[in-house]
Amino acid sequence: MNYGPLVFLAAFFALASSWCGFVLTPQLQIGHLQQTNTVGGAGVAYPIARPGLARQGLDVYRANGCAYCHSQQVGQTGSVLDIALMDAGTNQAAIIAALFKLAESATNQPSALTMLTPLQPGASNATTESILAGLPKAFFRSTTREAANAAAKTLNSTSAKAQLWVVPVGPDLTRGWGRRRTVAEDYLYDAPVMPGSQRVGPDLANVGTRLPDANWHLAHLYAPRIEAKASTMPPYRFLFEKRKLGRRPSPDALSLPGDFSPGAGYEIVPKPAAKALAAYLISLRADAPLFDAPISVPAPAGAPASTNAPAVAGATSTNAPPTNPPAK
Amino acid sequence: MICSAVEPAQIDASCRLPLVVLFLSAAVWLLIGSAFALIASLKFHAPGFLADCAWLTYGRVRPAGLNCMLYGFCLPAGLGVALWLLARLGRTRLALPGLITVGALCWNLGVAAGVWGILAGAGTGFENLEMPSYAAWLMLLGYLMSVVWGALTFHQRRERQLFVSQWFLFAALFWFPWIYSTADLLLLTVRVRGMAQAVIAWWYSENLLVVWLGLVGLGAVFYFLPKLTGRDLHSRYLALLAFWMLILFGSWGGVPESAPVPAWMPVSSAIARGLGFILIVAVVLNVHGTLEGKCSRLFAHPSLRFIGFGVVAFILGGLASAASAFPEVSQITQFTWFTVAKGVLNCYGFFAMVMFGAVYYIVPRVMGTEFPSPKLACAHFWTTAAGIVLFVVPLAAGGIAQGLRLQHASLPFNDVTHGTLPFLRTSTTGDLLIALGNLMFLGNLTGLVIRFYRARAVSAWAAATVEIEPAEARP
Repeated sequence: MNYGPLVFLAAFFALASSWCGFVLTPQLQIGHLQQTNTVGGAGVAYPIARPGLARQGLDVYRANGCAYCHSQQVGQTGSVLDIALMDAGTNQAAIIAALFKLAESATNQPSALTMLTPLQPGASNATTESILAGLPKAFFRSTTREAANAAAKTLNSTSAKAQLWVVPVGPDLTRGWGRRRTVAEDYLYDAPVMPGSQRVGPDLANVGTRLPDANWHLAHLYAPRIEAKASTMPPYRFLFEKRKLGRRPSPDALSLPGDFSPGAGYEIVPKPAAKALAAYLISLRADAPLFDAPISVPAPAGAPASTNAPAVAGATSTNAPPTNPPAK
Repeated sequence: MICSAVEPAQIDASCRLPLVVLFLSAAVWLLIGSAFALIASLKFHAPGFLADCAWLTYGRVRPAGLNCMLYGFCLPAGLGVALWLLARLGRTRLALPGLITVGALCWNLGVAAGVWGILAGAGTGFENLEMPSYAAWLMLLGYLMSVVWGALTFHQRRERQLFVSQWFLFAALFWFPWIYSTADLLLLTVRVRGMAQAVIAWWYSENLLVVWLGLVGLGAVFYFLPKLTGRDLHSRYLALLAFWMLILFGSWGGVPESAPVPAWMPVSSAIARGLGFILIVAVVLNVHGTLEGKCSRLFAHPSLRFIGFGVVAFILGGLASAASAFPEVSQITQFTWFTVAKGVLNCYGFFAMVMFGAVYYIVPRVMGTEFPSPKLACAHFWTTAAGIVLFVVPLAAGGIAQGLRLQHASLPFNDVTHGTLPFLRTSTTGDLLIALGNLMFLGNLTGLVIRFYRARAVSAWAAATVEIEPAEARP
């Protein structure tokens, strides 16, 4: 290479190839994504643009660089199939027998089928009822479709009704950070998109499902250690205003425990930016079942307890068990 | 084939003004950047440290520090070295140094506006592209104003035979405007939708941090290593291989393993990072051959120490990057401090160190004065080298520990974070040493520039006030 133009052409060719690869093609492939429908069940439109206050909150999130400590992308190592009993049918003895038969094969061949609900043969009537209580319930977990189909067939051969649930698994999901992996559709209306590259703090892709209470977020932003004792997150006091108490306390004022209270005669009121940020955080939920990220396990009744969970559970969260028990 | 070559001293003199502006501003930004990095690092000792001031919150100080380092130091320093090398290797004067200086000033104005913007909360939210669009366009304008004349210098070269460094440097000249204008246009001005933004941001980061820094850094290494050891470059063909590997595969490696995008993107990035191993092998063989395996040669000249350190850092960083081609590895290192350690190793351990070495060689020639204190240069090397090791090693180790713990979902997340704190706190020492080293560098450079201009002022004063002999005054 002894000619300037040759060097230029070499560099031009190399850069043009990566430009076509990672600028042009992504724009053609995912730059034109449209709102889609969720799969299974209702088939509602997804994603929905965030409400106005949450959009402003995205700007607060961007301006203060929250993405340097919090990722917004959940990974998944794979999917498994849960064999769930939807309805026990009329012949209880037959379905119990079928369950025990499967439990036996699960014990013999743990690679094909895993038991989720412990089943002991030789059960009395009382345990029969407890086994069949709380349907629909997942009894077995399988990593292959064949084993799952066979198990479902065994159960369906009685008058019972069994279903297969697609359950995404992975360490992120076990932590309660989401119900499935995140996909490009989840970010469709965000500008800028901030997937983050660091997990100094927990992932926030589904923080709105996990912690749906705006007051929790406001208190946590003002003094993270109120809500999470050992938190390393810096406080964001500049998003709040310390005000002299008027004739009546402001309806927005934070109720803070002793160590964090601003002192007698004062109250802490969130500025609009703090309210917007809290609204953005509770709008973060990427858990709709999609064609390219299927999930058919029913949504939990409330928020599952997880990392960084509220010390005092909000009124909205219940004690529902985690949706995704650890993969074996 | 040389047609009426220009004397090296004349070439150096033509480079003086732009190089002084570029290198001095780079040193100032470097010091400011390390001060920001130190503040960010101290927040891991006490989360409440300077937290009540919006301008100094972690999420603003950290990108401000990174941007000072990248756009304040790396690009101007690299540009200065590239311009000098293109003029020297082409045996021709730098074309229009005055306009290059104006471009450099414009660039610095853009950097100042950008850092101000980030601290004020106008950061764009894209990593390594945080400067708001008004700063970005100003910087692009400044860069183009400087680089057009760099390209003209290359075109006017008297020595038509191309040396390997010239491929690297000439490619780097226009690599940056292309990627930067693409990113500015599609991310800051006419924004594309959804995840395409993130992919373009990753593409841009990788092109800047791996390809641009790699092109300029390796271009300088391939010049200074043979020059200062007094030997020939081992193999032109290995250098050609390195050039092609860098521009072909370096530019494809940006999309991380976990990215929520169609699978072909992370997969092709992983393949490209894996193929980057060939680049490392080509560089190792070439450097090893040039030194004939004797590392003691690296102590022949003060600049060589910096460059030797840079080459080692380049190799280690490249190996870490190639290892991340394997999903088993990137599953663990993603989202951890390991990626930060790798970034600093590349940006600081490799690029900045090579630039320090180059500046220590170039500036005395350009100014015609020696550095006021050679001992300070030596102290600068050891301080910075110790700082980089103390920064990168704990963070890499802490990052791997963090990644392994993140895989165990039964460990509470708070324990994972607290497990990284001892490592992070150790790395603060590294930050401190790096900041100290940067102060020495700035002191050294300022000392030399002051010395030069004082000598000039003294001689100008002497010439102006020279007494006229009465004998001459009479007709």
